[in-house]
Amino acid sequence: MSIRLDNISKTFDKFQALSPMSLNIEDGEMIGLLGPSGSGKTTLLRIIAGLEGADSGRIQFGQRDVTNLHVRDRNVGFVFQNYALFRHMTVADNVAFGLEVMDAKQRPNKAEIQKRVQHLLDMVQLGHLAKRYPSQLSGGQKQRIALARALATKPDVLLLDEPFGALDAKVRKELRRWLRNLHDEIGFTSVFVTHDQEEALELSDRVVVMSNGHIEQVDAPAQLYAQPNSRFVFDFLGNVNVFDAAAQGSRLTHQDAWLETPHQDGKTQAGQLYIRSHELALHPAPTTQAHLPLRVIAVNPIGPEVRVELAPDGWQTEQVWEADLSHADYERHPVQRGDQVFAAPTSGYFFTADSQGSPERLHWS
Amino acid sequence: MAPKQSHQQRIGDRPAVKYTLITLTLVLTAVLLVVPLVSIFQKAFIDGLAVYWQSLADPDTLHAIWLTLFVALLTVPINLVFGVMLAWSVTRFEFPGRKLLMTLMDIPFAVSPVVAGLLYLLLYGNNGWIGAWLYEHDLQLMFAWPGIVMVTVFVTCPFVARELIPLMQQQGREDEEAAVILGASGWQLFRRVTLPNIKWALLYGVILTNARAVGEFGAVSVVSGNIRGETNTLPLHVQLLYEDYQATAAFASASLLAAIALLTLIFKAFVEWRQERAHRAETDH
Repeated sequence: MSIRLDNISKTFDKFQALSPMSLNIEDGEMIGLLGPSGSGKTTLLRIIAGLEGADSGRIQFGQRDVTNLHVRDRNVGFVFQNYALFRHMTVADNVAFGLEVMDAKQRPNKAEIQKRVQHLLDMVQLGHLAKRYPSQLSGGQKQRIALARALATKPDVLLLDEPFGALDAKVRKELRRWLRNLHDEIGFTSVFVTHDQEEALELSDRVVVMSNGHIEQVDAPAQLYAQPNSRFVFDFLGNVNVFDAAAQGSRLTHQDAWLETPHQDGKTQAGQLYIRSHELALHPAPTTQAHLPLRVIAVNPIGPEVRVELAPDGWQTEQVWEADLSHADYERHPVQRGDQVFAAPTSGYFFTADSQGSPERLHWS
Repeated sequence: MAPKQSHQQRIGDRPAVKYTLITLTLVLTAVLLVVPLVSIFQKAFIDGLAVYWQSLADPDTLHAIWLTLFVALLTVPINLVFGVMLAWSVTRFEFPGRKLLMTLMDIPFAVSPVVAGLLYLLLYGNNGWIGAWLYEHDLQLMFAWPGIVMVTVFVTCPFVARELIPLMQQQGREDEEAAVILGASGWQLFRRVTLPNIKWALLYGVILTNARAVGEFGAVSVVSGNIRGETNTLPLHVQLLYEDYQATAAFASASLLAAIALLTLIFKAFVEWRQERAHRAETDH
């Protein structure tokens, strides 16, 4: 079922948790709310569920206005960060709970409940654990049971709060893939909260990036990666190197360092150039287009890449720069701690100093 | 060698200190706790079993036993409900005065029971604010069983809430939120989710409430009027008998109170053990 949020806002005491925001979620879509802690993403999720009331605005599920509807009657499924399984009930009883508390009129009979519970447990591949108690399960198993419990009442929308936050990396990846498959299979509309950009990009049809109680950008993962529309989104989607630049003719400069812009007309402005770590090449000598002297402070082979940490030499940056090289590139020009190297970006995003708007994409050949 | 060395270095683990402390503790426990307890039973049975039964079969004593049980029977459910309500309010809701309420809750512990009894007497006695009005309407609370129940409720009201609040704070409200999202009504939520989560702590609170309700002396003695065979509870009756130089009868009644105390302790130990087990199961994984 589609979800329409219209002008939703929320304050706690004097803290503005959510500035008025609107968002449309299509039927069957999987939406990731991505942001740092305190960005309001969990508050938004809880407002959709009805666990918190919004100060203003309307919420619609399909054609149904649920703004003033009690949580109990909203027909949402909710998976809590720490699962919130009922510890004194068996796994089967946990999953059956939502069916058993239904009004006598709607409640399926005992045999039907049992059948549906078994079906749900089979769906999450844990049918053999029906008689266990939550304390006897691993984190990943608890997560699946929490999901089966949430789906038992056939909710219109499924909401997940940091669904994989408490799991270790391997289980997390496995469950992520599994949830995506389940979603594609059943087609429920779901919204999940995460602070992990990889999770958001991998799992969502669209990602909603949030900061300080407002929405920064809503886009499909590929689009989001290709066209981040603000510095915040850029910063949040993985590591980025920032070059604080003044304009000097056709060059962007910062103390000893400079970059020739690829502009044809040679017009430049002051601003910040954002360069992704894998779009940065390292050379033993400056090129005609870039003079960015850096000193190697660490070389870390991580999986398919070699991550080189770099400190500016004769100019300044707020944070250490990083270059992600392929093993092949690295082997062509191996560097060591203490070496001086010259970086040259292959592409970057330029934010002019005077505007808060979208960046300009720059490419160097 | 290493483990032995570290063993020797443990603070306060010198044999002299260790055995002196243990001996002192044991001696003090014997002198202060065991000897008096044993002597209660010894004095109660000093004239033989027949006399013991006779003392207990005295109509006034039987009435005192009955009244004490009756007061406990009313007090415990009242404070059970009140304690759950109080704990629920302060752990599940935010409201102005919440902190103050949590402090006020301990007043019955802080105030001497005699003072509590006097306060009730001043308020509800025939010359008191409310008492005068009640007197006009022919309602007698003080020097009658309702007064005894009232002060006993006052004295024992923090026990249940005190046990529940830390547990409910620690468990948080997620379970309850999950239940409501799944469609549970208020009552279903309480009965199927909250109550099973707090049942051992609740039982523990009830045991403490009951023990205190049965044994309360100070507050009850102020409001009861000590009318033999009417408003005398067991602890008051013990004192009355003793003042009448009926030592054996006094000790017989006292032995009943002591027996209740011992039973409470055994039950308490059992509940503590179950509570610990429940807690371990929760935190194991």
